[in-house]
Amino acid sequence: MLDIRDLKATAGEKEILKGISLSVGKGEVHAIMGPNGSGKSTLAQVLAGNPAFEVTGGSVSYEGSDLLAMEPEERAQAGIFLAFQYPIEIPGVSNAYFLRSAYNEIRKARGEEEVDPMEFVGIVEERLKLVDMSSDMLQRSVNMGFSGGEKKRNEILQLAVLEPKLAILDETDSGLDIDALRTVADGVNKMRDEHRSFIVVTHYQRLLNYIVPDHVHVLSNGRIVKSGGKELALELEEKGYDWLVEQPSGGGRRSARPAMTGREG
Amino acid sequence: MTRRYLDQYREFSTGAAKTAPAWVNDRRRAAAARFEALGFPTTRNEDWHFTTVGPIAEREFTFVAARTGDARRDDFDAYGFGGSTGESIVFVNGRFAPELSTLDRIDPRVRVLSLAEAWTGAPELAKRVGTIVSDEQAAFTALNTAFMPDGVVIHVPKDVQVAAPIQVLFVTDAHAAKAVMYPRNLIVLDRHAKATVIESYVAIGDAAYFTNAVTEVSIADGATLEHYKIQREGRRAFHVGTTETVQARDSHYVSFSFATGASLSRTNIYTKLDGEGCGATLNGLYMLDGEQHCDHQTRIEHVAPNCFSRELYKGVLDGRSHGVFNGKVYVHSAAQKTDGKQTNNTLLLSKDAQIDTKPQLEIFADDVKCTHGATVGRLDETAWFYMKSRGMNAEAARRLLIYAFAADVIENIEQAAVREALERVTLERFVKVEELIPVSS
Repeated sequence: MLDIRDLKATAGEKEILKGISLSVGKGEVHAIMGPNGSGKSTLAQVLAGNPAFEVTGGSVSYEGSDLLAMEPEERAQAGIFLAFQYPIEIPGVSNAYFLRSAYNEIRKARGEEEVDPMEFVGIVEERLKLVDMSSDMLQRSVNMGFSGGEKKRNEILQLAVLEPKLAILDETDSGLDIDALRTVADGVNKMRDEHRSFIVVTHYQRLLNYIVPDHVHVLSNGRIVKSGGKELALELEEKGYDWLVEQPSGGGRRSARPAMTGREG
Repeated sequence: MTRRYLDQYREFSTGAAKTAPAWVNDRRRAAAARFEALGFPTTRNEDWHFTTVGPIAEREFTFVAARTGDARRDDFDAYGFGGSTGESIVFVNGRFAPELSTLDRIDPRVRVLSLAEAWTGAPELAKRVGTIVSDEQAAFTALNTAFMPDGVVIHVPKDVQVAAPIQVLFVTDAHAAKAVMYPRNLIVLDRHAKATVIESYVAIGDAAYFTNAVTEVSIADGATLEHYKIQREGRRAFHVGTTETVQARDSHYVSFSFATGASLSRTNIYTKLDGEGCGATLNGLYMLDGEQHCDHQTRIEHVAPNCFSRELYKGVLDGRSHGVFNGKVYVHSAAQKTDGKQTNNTLLLSKDAQIDTKPQLEIFADDVKCTHGATVGRLDETAWFYMKSRGMNAEAARRLLIYAFAADVIENIEQAAVREALERVTLERFVKVEELIPVSS
């Protein structure tokens, strides 16, 4: 469903993605791992169409269409969803209004009838349970005054309501304690089915104990340096990233301990 | 340019003015002399640095002493608050319109009457007119005082707490064309009284006219006034309005200035915290487009210790509009422990829109906590992308963000009816979608 070929992108003057190729099939879960600054989040943002990044080469085909030619809202309407690493606060716009507007836009794009506020309440109520959120949160401004965990759960709530075909989770686990992580992962797992694909960007292997991927890719310095099955994540947990990562100083230095923290016992 | 207005004053003073008592005409005469001495302000006057009154001074606006206009209730009902015609006192083209007013709905403990009646009907109250506002340096205030033909007088006696807002509507219709109006209002709250007053300036139709309004407010010990000034004058109109308030100890003044109307407007909101333990909240929102020019000047004067003031003004400027915000906070040497915060945020929607913002702090006490700041920016690109990434239409998302920027200050409005009405006006302005749903739904 998604075919990324030699994708290159810059932020300002700096080249961040230096030729990424990746194919994601229907119903597959791909984990993208890598150290800080490897380009994981940039890849997620570029797929969602963030204008802060400029694509300088390569192609991305999504269900046969040229994804890079589509506006961010067109991508969303075509079934792409990005769960933000740092969800944005929007004072003055209620969560309920925001969600319903997005929901209806996507329905419109699919040629379906829009739903009224009353019908929408029914749709959301069900999904709220999925992420263990109270309906009070719907009346508050989008992400305003939400804790880190609440913001992430709110992202997964949006995912559950908008029902995308391809969900990209950008470090959804960062900053979460283990209980919140489980809740978020449970929510995601309930959304998994044979039609829906996921790209799970994470710094830590921990999340992948809960959201078990079909494929794992390691990104370093803007390139995929290794791909494998879910066991690759475990290997990374054991050995850290250093054995895969290009050393800027020529590869001489080795870290004595794994570069990753947050290990799960 | 002042000559024309002075000629009109002379005509008025030898005619229609004579129905008022001599002491009123003495005040008018003194004010006319003051206006003559001051003349219209120029941009060399620091208080008028960013606003040229040429368009007002050069036009030939005429004062009409007689009542004019044929506005009907239906024509302006939409400008009321609270979904009903509410408790209101209505003025058409500057003169009291008893048949359009619903004074009988106002809490009977509150005294509400027109200024023209009050000169003889409530002289003890009316004599306070001109004692709160200063026209020493204020030509427009002096000009208003030279005429002050009518307006509202509201007196809330001791311990009376009024729940429902008292609405004062200044309506102009087609008959206001080329006219100048001088509404003069007085609001007096006695000890421990509480009330809400909504002072609205609205237009039916598209006449070019000039409103020069002055409102004086006195808030006694422990009293609280919520005071909304809604300026939705016609798009060809001119509006200069001054509100001056004096607060006694432990009193609270909550002011909100909402401005979307007029071709050129200047709103002055001044309050003096004259006793210990006072609070003043001055908020405002101006939304402009086309060639509109809208200037706000606020002055918060901390005279006594242990008072607080909060101020948040927001502006949304489109087209070639020009906004001006000049907020002054004075802290006198005796006003120790003053807690003041002042903010002005402006959102520019077009490259030709312009804002001049000047928050000013002058502190003469040494133990105070005062901050001020101003931001001028464009739409938050990250938030915009976030909304689009959820599938929201780009234009709808942009409009919703503009709305949200503005709604942020409206959310602070305590009176639900006013808050919802202004949210709606703002929503309709920016979110031109079929479904107009308030944020809270």
